[in-house]
Amino acid sequence: MNVSAEQQDLIQYAIRLGDDSLILGHRLSEWVSNGPFLEEDIAQGNIALDYIGRARMYYSLAADIHNQCGEMNVKSEDDYAYLRDERQYQNHLINELPRGDFAYTTVRQLIVDLYNVYYLEALKQSSEAQLSAIAHKAAKETSYHSRRSKQWTLRLGDGTAESKLRMQNALDDIWGYTHEMFEQDELEQRLIDRGVAVDCARFKQAWEQDITAIISQSGLKLPEAQWSVRGGREGYHTENLGHILTELQFVHRSIPDARW
Amino acid sequence: MLGGNVMLVIPTKSPVQFEREQYRRHSAVPELWAVLDRVTDPEIPVLSLWDLGVLKDIKRLGEQVTVIITPTYSGCPAMDVMSEDIHHALVSFGIKKVSVVVELSPAWTTDWMTARGRDHLRSFGIAAPEDVVATESNIVDEDTRALCPHCGSDDTSLISEFGSTSCKALFKCHRCLEPFDLFKHI
Repeated sequence: MNVSAEQQDLIQYAIRLGDDSLILGHRLSEWVSNGPFLEEDIAQGNIALDYIGRARMYYSLAADIHNQCGEMNVKSEDDYAYLRDERQYQNHLINELPRGDFAYTTVRQLIVDLYNVYYLEALKQSSEAQLSAIAHKAAKETSYHSRRSKQWTLRLGDGTAESKLRMQNALDDIWGYTHEMFEQDELEQRLIDRGVAVDCARFKQAWEQDITAIISQSGLKLPEAQWSVRGGREGYHTENLGHILTELQFVHRSIPDARW
Repeated sequence: MLGGNVMLVIPTKSPVQFEREQYRRHSAVPELWAVLDRVTDPEIPVLSLWDLGVLKDIKRLGEQVTVIITPTYSGCPAMDVMSEDIHHALVSFGIKKVSVVVELSPAWTTDWMTARGRDHLRSFGIAAPEDVVATESNIVDEDTRALCPHCGSDDTSLISEFGSTSCKALFKCHRCLEPFDLFKHI
């Protein structure tokens, strides 16, 4: 039995969402033992774990569908995380950007958390039961994440001249990567038509309003620059992803299937 | 018509908890539930998986026992250990085939935690989700105060929304000066 085109779409979609979560989770995990103070260090670790947990759930879903289709090569979550190369990863580029300073991480996290508030709310309605279940679980966590990101944005944006400058620089550097998060290719359009995938266009305006509100409240300015970068969903990445994967996959590739 | 024997029933436990207990009471394998009562959260050893609300169901089909659990948080690193502990407990009890299935839906909520579990948490030095005072929403924020599990004072304040694990927030008590964790409502 072969995987039908519809199932193939669903597998790809689950992998994409898994990639977004895994790569961002990995970036956040880089703060562990480097946080500005102990509690914040722990908070970053908590949030990184939530994202990596989501990646596991999305990849496991992809593997389950693959395996149910009776394919010869049985797959697991680990195959997707550890044995794919850069061009096969389909995460949005914003997730792979280096962690930068704490302002940079905060701005990225604000953008992604507020996006996820809407994204997961919509994914709860997915006709695919397991995607909906993952969204129900993750949305609860995101309500905590987004509150924290807003607090930090206020604190740093409305803080010292130095913290404000760093926040503004981060915002100017990252903004061009947000547009890609609202673009959908044919694959996602097919899944939207089937009621499986989230139609980001529906919440773009609401998300922009939320971002604008918190940014102006923090004394920062939304960039006017028109540049934008895209390509993540097609497997075209910045130079950063390769570096992440070498670190992320090193142990598994050196000692395949090793167990603790 | 109501007669003279009208009894005022004061609900002492939530409907959700009542439902859980009824489900367990009518299970065909009470001995297996008892076995798993000895399996605890590896991070909070005073809390059994049942009391935590993570243990959802136990089914037996001949030699095969299937245990259904649900994760607290997506990235909870304790889930794998819990699965292994369940496996080990049932195998030691003489069950030959054990499988542990992780179900995500409906999503776990602290409402499933039993009253006994909440008491055990407090005696372990962790405030239970309902020990929160002075908050408008269920979300823990900077205005949240929680009853100190050590001295009972409500003169406490939040240190961090994220404690030693995802499920907990970190507080300090201004009366006894001890720090403590709060199990967050989710």
